[in-house]
Amino acid sequence: MMALSVSDVYKSYGETPVLRGVTLSVAPGSLTAILGASGAGKTTMLRVIAGFEAADAGTIELGGLVVDGGRPRRRVPPERRHIGFVPQDGALFPHLTVHGNVAFGLPRAQRHGPFVDELLELVGLSPFAARYPHELSGGQQQRVAIARALAPRPRLVLLDEPFAALDASLRAAVRAEVLGALTAVGTTAVLVTHDQDEALSVADYVAVLRDGVITQEGPPREVYSAPADPWTAGFLGTANILPGTIAAPDGVRTVLGRHELRHAGQLTDAAEEVSVLIRPEQIALHPVHAAGATLTGKVMETRYHGHDALIVVDVAEAGHLQVRALGGEQAAPGDEVAIEVSGPVTAWPAQGSV
Amino acid sequence: MGGGGGRPSLRRGAAFRSFRTGTRYPRWLLLLAVVVTVLVLLPVVFLLWQASHAGWGTIWPLIFRNLTWTLLLNTIELGVIVTCCSAVIAVSAAWLIERTNLPLRRFWRAVVVLPLAIPDFVIGYTWLSLTPAVHGLFGASLVMTLGLYPLVYLPVAAALRRTDSSLYEVARSLGHGRLRALLRTVLPQIRAALFGGCLMVLLALLAEYGAFEILRFQTFTTEIFTEFNLGINTAAASALSLVLVVLSVLVVGAELAMTRSVAVRAGRPAGGVRRYRLGWGVLPSLLFMAALVGLGVGVPVSTLVYWLTQPADLIGVAPIPLLGAAGYTLMYSFLAAVVATVAAFPVAYLAVRHPGRLSRVLERLGYLVQGLPGLVIALSLVFFAVRLVYPLYQSPTLLVIAYSVMFFPMALISLRASLVQLPRRFFDTARSLGCSPVAALLRVTIPLAAPGIAASVALVFLSAVTELTATLLLVPTGVQTLATAFWAYQTQVSYATASRYAAVIVVIAVIPGVFLSRWLDPSRSSSGRGASLRSFVRGITRGGRP
Repeated sequence: MMALSVSDVYKSYGETPVLRGVTLSVAPGSLTAILGASGAGKTTMLRVIAGFEAADAGTIELGGLVVDGGRPRRRVPPERRHIGFVPQDGALFPHLTVHGNVAFGLPRAQRHGPFVDELLELVGLSPFAARYPHELSGGQQQRVAIARALAPRPRLVLLDEPFAALDASLRAAVRAEVLGALTAVGTTAVLVTHDQDEALSVADYVAVLRDGVITQEGPPREVYSAPADPWTAGFLGTANILPGTIAAPDGVRTVLGRHELRHAGQLTDAAEEVSVLIRPEQIALHPVHAAGATLTGKVMETRYHGHDALIVVDVAEAGHLQVRALGGEQAAPGDEVAIEVSGPVTAWPAQGSV
Repeated sequence: MGGGGGRPSLRRGAAFRSFRTGTRYPRWLLLLAVVVTVLVLLPVVFLLWQASHAGWGTIWPLIFRNLTWTLLLNTIELGVIVTCCSAVIAVSAAWLIERTNLPLRRFWRAVVVLPLAIPDFVIGYTWLSLTPAVHGLFGASLVMTLGLYPLVYLPVAAALRRTDSSLYEVARSLGHGRLRALLRTVLPQIRAALFGGCLMVLLALLAEYGAFEILRFQTFTTEIFTEFNLGINTAAASALSLVLVVLSVLVVGAELAMTRSVAVRAGRPAGGVRRYRLGWGVLPSLLFMAALVGLGVGVPVSTLVYWLTQPADLIGVAPIPLLGAAGYTLMYSFLAAVVATVAAFPVAYLAVRHPGRLSRVLERLGYLVQGLPGLVIALSLVFFAVRLVYPLYQSPTLLVIAYSVMFFPMALISLRASLVQLPRRFFDTARSLGCSPVAALLRVTIPLAAPGIAASVALVFLSAVTELTATLLLVPTGVQTLATAFWAYQTQVSYATASRYAAVIVVIAVIPGVFLSRWLDPSRSSSGRGASLRSFVRGITRGGRP
């Protein structure tokens, strides 16, 4: 049984449709990331699941129980859904201490029990129990917010871009602690984010939300390497998209050569013309005089990022290609380089727009 | 995944239909808000009923007689003079204090608003007791300008604090001279505040009674009072009340029609504040401020102190115990403050949390009460009690009801302002942690709105303590409040005895006044309203100082 299942949910604000038939299932104990650009409907989706907003149509089930849906429509109010909620800025109650915040959702008798201290221990904030939220850093506030959400032992925790407001230097550490706490408790969690690195690196399962519809879902590796369409491919990371043709039985041919298809048979009855995705890290650069170098190009630009570099290479037949190289490798604009593509690729039937 | 499939297009149709029926309001909240709004507007119903009781055939000629035109002319003359003088004084003072390097700015900022804590009838009494020359149009203009200019000063100063001095500098760099740069960059930014403040002055002028009676200046309120007292001529009183209400409602309508969004922006201007150097203009500026504070605060306060040092002069009036009068004033004012705040809460909450056409209408109707002068509210309640529930007539309940209705808009404004600052997330988070809506309200929303609730209570309390007109009409039999005791002695020219009661009124009014101005002081909240809100809340919940 799924911990959460959202089926064909619609929600509009006035005349503006925000969710247009969202369907998503979340397995118990997993961390699912909902990835989408701003305005895609991510926050609305969380608010509908939490019960702060009513769905216009569709069904939401928690552990098999309908909390929004059915006929006549049944709506369980947020306080009876047992869903923890961590908003973007934490929204710690400013009139309560850290301890008061964490104990907020517990029955009166348990508010001063050892459980609150255990939770504070879990997020490493025991020494701060008597502090007020404004006396904490942004990262500490988020850790309190997660402890507060976990305290009533929710069936599901929803996190609404909880790390977006933190400094880049802090983000990774706070993320690790917060997700560590989630894992320690073994709760099912849904994280909403617009940061593809975040979604791909921390989630067990990624769902891409675009204009109120889930366009793709699956394990991060799957979603990244075999995106459902060119837009998703570009949204998830740097993408080279080249025109190509089908080369039977399970390959495609582009100006860069013949490539194996990741999912054989994917394009069996498709048109001859296809669009082919080649990720920058699938391309390797070699010196021109190396053995077997058949395809060459000229380095146009290098964008150095420290750990790696993105190199733009102009290949006569293919236009500008983006290539990821390790930071140590050297290439200067104007250099002639040989190009080699490795690994299977993903292709879609070509459309006018691609 | 049950319940999937289906026909989305049809379902979307259902969603749109539910939208067309409007915002979904929580039923109990809506019911409360509607009941409160209806109750608050009942005086209008009574007023119309009273008029129709006298018969419209009697009322119309009473409205279109020469007296009405005289009163209207007096009101317009006074309105133009006081509003213009207040605007000039307030803008000058606000600019000097907020935008120049005027010395002693903190001191000026604190004292320039003090006239608000002194009731206008007390200012009038101190001037008249100084010299009988202060009377009529001249006297009324002088006293009312000195008493009411803070109503313009406060919003204009707040707007000036928000304006960015880099705008002025850009204008200078684009070839504008000093004055032209000021007029083209600063003036547009304070225009809304200035206009709003002037409307408040007009409204206060229309409602004032005590000061005009003392200064022998004839306006609608003094005439209504006379008609009412002379054998209770309800027809004439209600005819004039109708005219007065129409005038006031026009002013309130103009105020409501102004865009409120201008006033929402808060916090430090991004470009920082660079103060204009006065140079040798500092001397006339200091003289101006000294004269303003001297006339507006110095004269009333020193006159009051002078009379306090004089032996009591009881002439033909039975002595009224000072402590007893103070006790009644405190009790009625505090009850009214609580009642008005409690009543305004559902309306403010509905307007902020569930914005929609209906909640907006309810809120606007609440503000409309500002257009009902206290005298009119009191008269209509007298009529209501005498006709329908005689035991209520001259009972403490009716007086507290009158105060609560009169100052309902103030409670609404302060509650609204503090609720708007509370992000919805707090309420939602509390719900997700297992709180029912009522529990979330009690455990999160109300504690966080505490500053606004306290401000609302303080504001209504302060206004009720300094109220005279409705109190004179509704004071319970055998009871004297500070205001009625002051009035009794003042009309007997027992200036020294009257000063005791006036002094206590001023002292009681100054305490919440100081509390309010400290709370509203921008320099204390400039570190972020969030932080000041938190420290304030902590102060309250721990019983310590904020």
